[in-house]
Amino acid sequence: MKVLVPVKRVIDYNVKVRVKADGSGVDLANVKMSMNPFDEIAVEEAIRLKEAGKAEEVIAVSIGVKQAQETLRTALAMGADRAILVVAADDVHTDIEPLAVAKILKAVIDEEQPGLVLCGKQAIDNDMNATGQMLSALLGWSQATFASKLDIEGDHALVTREVDGGLQTIKVKMPTIVSVDLRLNEPRYASLPNIMKAKKKPLDEKTAADYGVDVTPRLEIVKTEEPPARAAGIIVGSVDELVAKLKEAGAV
Amino acid sequence: MQFGLSDEQEMIAATVRSFVENEIYPHEELVERTGDVPREIAEDIRRKTLGLGFYACNFPESIGCAGLNHLEFALVERELGRGSMALTHFFGRPQNILMACEGEQVDRYLMPAVRGERMDALAMTEPGAGSDVRSMTCAARREGGDWIVNGTKHFISGADHADFVIVFVATGEDITPKGRKKRITAFLVDRDTPGFAIRDGYRSVSHRGYRNMILDFDDCRLPDAQVLGAVDGGFEVMNTWLYATRITVAAMSVGRARRVFDLALDFAATREQFGQKIGKFQGVSFQIADMITEIDAADLLTLAAADRLDQGLPANREIASAKLYASEMLGRVTDAAIQIHGGMGLMDDFPLERFWRDARVERIWDGTSEIQRHIISRELLRPLGA
Repeated sequence: MKVLVPVKRVIDYNVKVRVKADGSGVDLANVKMSMNPFDEIAVEEAIRLKEAGKAEEVIAVSIGVKQAQETLRTALAMGADRAILVVAADDVHTDIEPLAVAKILKAVIDEEQPGLVLCGKQAIDNDMNATGQMLSALLGWSQATFASKLDIEGDHALVTREVDGGLQTIKVKMPTIVSVDLRLNEPRYASLPNIMKAKKKPLDEKTAADYGVDVTPRLEIVKTEEPPARAAGIIVGSVDELVAKLKEAGAV
Repeated sequence: MQFGLSDEQEMIAATVRSFVENEIYPHEELVERTGDVPREIAEDIRRKTLGLGFYACNFPESIGCAGLNHLEFALVERELGRGSMALTHFFGRPQNILMACEGEQVDRYLMPAVRGERMDALAMTEPGAGSDVRSMTCAARREGGDWIVNGTKHFISGADHADFVIVFVATGEDITPKGRKKRITAFLVDRDTPGFAIRDGYRSVSHRGYRNMILDFDDCRLPDAQVLGAVDGGFEVMNTWLYATRITVAAMSVGRARRVFDLALDFAATREQFGQKIGKFQGVSFQIADMITEIDAADLLTLAAADRLDQGLPANREIASAKLYASEMLGRVTDAAIQIHGGMGLMDDFPLERFWRDARVERIWDGTSEIQRHIISRELLRPLGA
């Protein structure tokens, strides 16, 4: 079985995000970029499936600007076998929308015929949480989102999902799309031998046009703004005072 | 001239940095408070480093290691420099000098060292022989085909965890026109060798937990099989293999300076006084400007010196310049970072006082700033007859 893992190049989670002066988005100039942390978890899970003998090949795919090559090299250094880069934008500030990404992924999947797609539940830049679901609809495949545990058993997968108030385990038919959550695993560091090998692994470069997908944005960003500053806290002297304050604030 | 790093080199640096942030930083406070590294933590770091294939990455592929070149190894050292030396010691980088091992020494010392099974330490300095290495009094005499060693070494970093020590000992004296000159030989000495003892050294202000030890030799008998390199060839092995170690000090200084800088930058951007961020005051912002300029300069000087070694070019002066500048830069940067933080910078609630203390040794060990200046100026003036 082949496992396909879409990975997105996003602003590093350690970077303090700044909104651009014109409110059109977030400033990405000279900012550290990394692999979306949820996608890293997906890559890790795919490699573990391969190590457990349940997958033969792990293919990482990234759709975006040319610099996403670095993100793919990271996936290769972690242990993915090969990578496909689909260049769909020139400007690092251009975000390809989930539907376009899902359409390109569908085209890649039609070619590659993987048995499983493992993706991050969402990208930490715009938190859309849509690509996996849209891809499932486009392919007509089953989907299991927010996975915190994954077991492949023959022609189906058992997926434990983190839902409000607890865990839910569902059984889905393969091929399937699983979007992964934070607690599925802890991604490994790239080992030194794998870093050195990563360059020799194949990285195919394509464009959105190669798949005949129109990536023109359909959404209009009206405004991007900083979250309101948090108000200062207060120290209360007793439980009674705490309860009184909470009542005052209408919280209880 | 090429300034960029390859994708692999970027990834090596990023991986080591991430390792240091996740596996080293969390234990630093404990090490600072206790002056010791608990065995389980040391083992954990060693095991993870081995698992990632980074252990002994400065050794060649021919003996199963990663074979990083000098530039790549400098990147590793730079990122390790961010973390506590007491802890990064277990991100094993045995002394390159072990490549001088011959015959059965390979299986007894070199291979166990690069596999993380045995740890090494290097001993040159003596109470009476610092920069003037050749004045050492720790000496070996011939007796019944063996060597009998007597004397003391001190400031021996890492000897507390070492299974064996590479010791430089005087094995004779030549009368030259310039006066008496000692002949030096390197020996491999196992920790449990009779007549050899490792004891606690001094409490240093820098690098708590990275302890310096004292080695005592009292009629310690060593057979010829323990000689590393040739008899009386100590200076040759030293010059062949220890030439590049100054790059390590330079690179670690750069890494630590970047960590300190990030703290200072963040503080300047968030701390408010007189109704505004202190970074708005030129007295602070210009310090920030000077800090990053010096850090970048030291970084480039260090990587350029390492690159010269990779190209097989003479690099003695360049390495000395990198070591001199980077270590002195770290002193200035840590000092400025404390100034920006004000009084809080001196409190041990912040790691800054530690970095400030740690910085002090960098311009002393592995050749003082004065020795580096001597090397730099000698390389320039001697060919001119001065």
